[in-house]
Amino acid sequence: MRYLTEFHDPRLAATLLDTIAATATRRWTLMEVCGGQTHAIIRNGLDQLLADQVEFIHGPGCPVCVTPLEMIDRALTIAARPEVMLCSFGDMLRVPGSTTDLFTVRAHGGDVRVVYSPLDAVRLAEAHPDRQVVFFAVGFETTAPAAAMAAVTARRRGLTNFTMLVSHVLVPPAMRAVLASPDNRVEAFLAAGHVCTVMGTAQYEPIVAEHRVPIVVTGFEPLDLLDGVRHAITELEAGRTTLVNAYPRAVRPEGNPSARAMLEEVFTVCDRPWRGIGMIPASGWRLSPAWSQLDAELRFDIADLTVAESADCHSGEVLQGRLRPPQCPSFGTTCTPRRPLGATMVSAEGACAAYFQHRRLSAVGGGR
Amino acid sequence: MTAPVRAADWSCPAPLREHARIVLGHGGGGILSAELVEHLFLPAFAPPGPDPASPGTDAAVLADAAVLAVPGGRIVFTTDSYVVRPLFFPGGSIGELAVHGTVNDLACRAAMPLALSAGFILEEGLELDLLGRVAQAMGRAAATVGVPIATGDTKVVERGLADGLYINTSGVGVVPAGVDVRPDRAAPGDRVLLSGPIGEHGIAVLSVRENLEFGGDVHSDTAPLHGLVAAMLTATRTGVHTLRDPTRGGLATSLCEIAAAARVGVEFTESAVPVPPVVAAACGFLGLDPLHIANEGRLVAFVAEADADAVLAAMRAHPHGRDAVAIGTVTAEHPGVVVARTAFGGTRVVDRPLGESLPRIC
Repeated sequence: MRYLTEFHDPRLAATLLDTIAATATRRWTLMEVCGGQTHAIIRNGLDQLLADQVEFIHGPGCPVCVTPLEMIDRALTIAARPEVMLCSFGDMLRVPGSTTDLFTVRAHGGDVRVVYSPLDAVRLAEAHPDRQVVFFAVGFETTAPAAAMAAVTARRRGLTNFTMLVSHVLVPPAMRAVLASPDNRVEAFLAAGHVCTVMGTAQYEPIVAEHRVPIVVTGFEPLDLLDGVRHAITELEAGRTTLVNAYPRAVRPEGNPSARAMLEEVFTVCDRPWRGIGMIPASGWRLSPAWSQLDAELRFDIADLTVAESADCHSGEVLQGRLRPPQCPSFGTTCTPRRPLGATMVSAEGACAAYFQHRRLSAVGGGR
Repeated sequence: MTAPVRAADWSCPAPLREHARIVLGHGGGGILSAELVEHLFLPAFAPPGPDPASPGTDAAVLADAAVLAVPGGRIVFTTDSYVVRPLFFPGGSIGELAVHGTVNDLACRAAMPLALSAGFILEEGLELDLLGRVAQAMGRAAATVGVPIATGDTKVVERGLADGLYINTSGVGVVPAGVDVRPDRAAPGDRVLLSGPIGEHGIAVLSVRENLEFGGDVHSDTAPLHGLVAAMLTATRTGVHTLRDPTRGGLATSLCEIAAAARVGVEFTESAVPVPPVVAAACGFLGLDPLHIANEGRLVAFVAEADADAVLAAMRAHPHGRDAVAIGTVTAEHPGVVVARTAFGGTRVVDRPLGESLPRIC
């Protein structure tokens, strides 16, 4: 499948835009859950093209953005230890903790490595038996199977110098938290397609039923997103509340059973604080007791770090869809990608970074 | 009576015989240093002897400093350092980069190269064979350009203090009379021309460094651009306002820097920028923007509207510009800001990457 060309076809996009315009009788408020979707929408200008039909509220689905501050600080503390090699996805390196970030720790001599896969961290542990290799496992259900695979591989190979700092989070509890908010305006969700590739779609049925809200499982290419919007508008206009799979080429109802089995084996559900949002019950994964010897929080003494967010950062309201990035008083002034106050300005998937990178003109009152 | 001393016998009969690798002594300025120059660098750089076209130039002797005969006009002077990892990659090596990069910096000020210098920082333990291959790549590249490597320097640092081999090259060139190419000459109404597809160098280096495959061969585009520039200047001597080779930071960075320098806005059509499928696939896979990926054999030109078609035709007639395209225009609106028109009709601001989206690629 040539997704880079077929799913970027401007003629098909024009057809979908016409269909959406012909279907919508009013402007609807949709939340795209995943930060990757946010960036694709902004980067391709889909929000401009759909301005009369859709208000996009950008959801909390950026794993870097919602990783709690205390977890970042734990990673920073561990990374600064002389015996440690801390491995992480590249995006995490610039996320500000309370006082510093991983890039700065590295500049001061900490051994911080960027990896493309958790299994790369396992390989580093094998290659450096004299080092304590720690993988900083962040992300939603999409990235968790690779982290679980790393744990299984490390145990199979008998590695004693590999641990994981686990801060995985789960999408459905966050969607429930958005819907439970008293000032919620979301009328339909574009659900995060890759999360569903792993987990399947069944877990959204009760949300649709309880909250009377359409949920459309949606992909990440421009045509995927337009098709997701088309389905959502069709459901809303018809007054239906249905779960629609608009990403069938990657999502089966049962998800990926082997990945789910491995997740169930390695992780256990826990309460998790979300940066900028607060504690969401049963919204995260931690290592289950049988895997506790791989838990970096137990291996290293990092108890009771006190943390404080910048008072000027409104990323929590942005993540909950209550504030658009340009409406934040700090946006583009005291908060930029160079000096981010919060993670939403850092990550490639963060909503503030998306607006800063691609919408600065309108956002700061320039030309168009 | 003793026999007269024969200086020729002093030279080492088995050059570099004791060491297959660089040792600290190769940077000490003594016999080992001299051997390295005589037996490794000089043959590789193959100085052609005094250039009859440039009487007075002694670039052939590779001394600490070279004397250059300069034709009348203005001199362009540039320097660049090369720290690429790995040293060899599909389509080239640090050796070609060190010549092409500096020649291209001269070319983007419309200068034809006159001479280069080469400074080497070598890590103790570097294999001489590898250094020889790099030097020969430099020599071949310089010979193709027709520019002498006229002077040089070598230093050796202890093992662990460098990543094998770093090269600095400086270059001087001469600007033809009547030509004025500089970043702040870009003006509203100019057309923006791009000499070919983008992203190949950065993705080629990334593919070997990270051992990633992206479903197709990708080779660095490293190439000297002085010939292409000369061809463009034959179409118009005054209409080429600004040239830039989009290396680190990619096309986006070049456009942003020119927009800022000239206090103009730049608008381009995203779908007009040629991105090879393998580059698009790699970027899609890794979440990178092709506009931020380095090139080593491309240039972007800001050309007066009236001359743009002729310059584009001249580019397409040259081997290094045969896929040249017009991608956009310069506007008086939104000075300093680059705006891309997306394939779907929306617009977005295009910015430079904040830091490096990839570690060290050129």
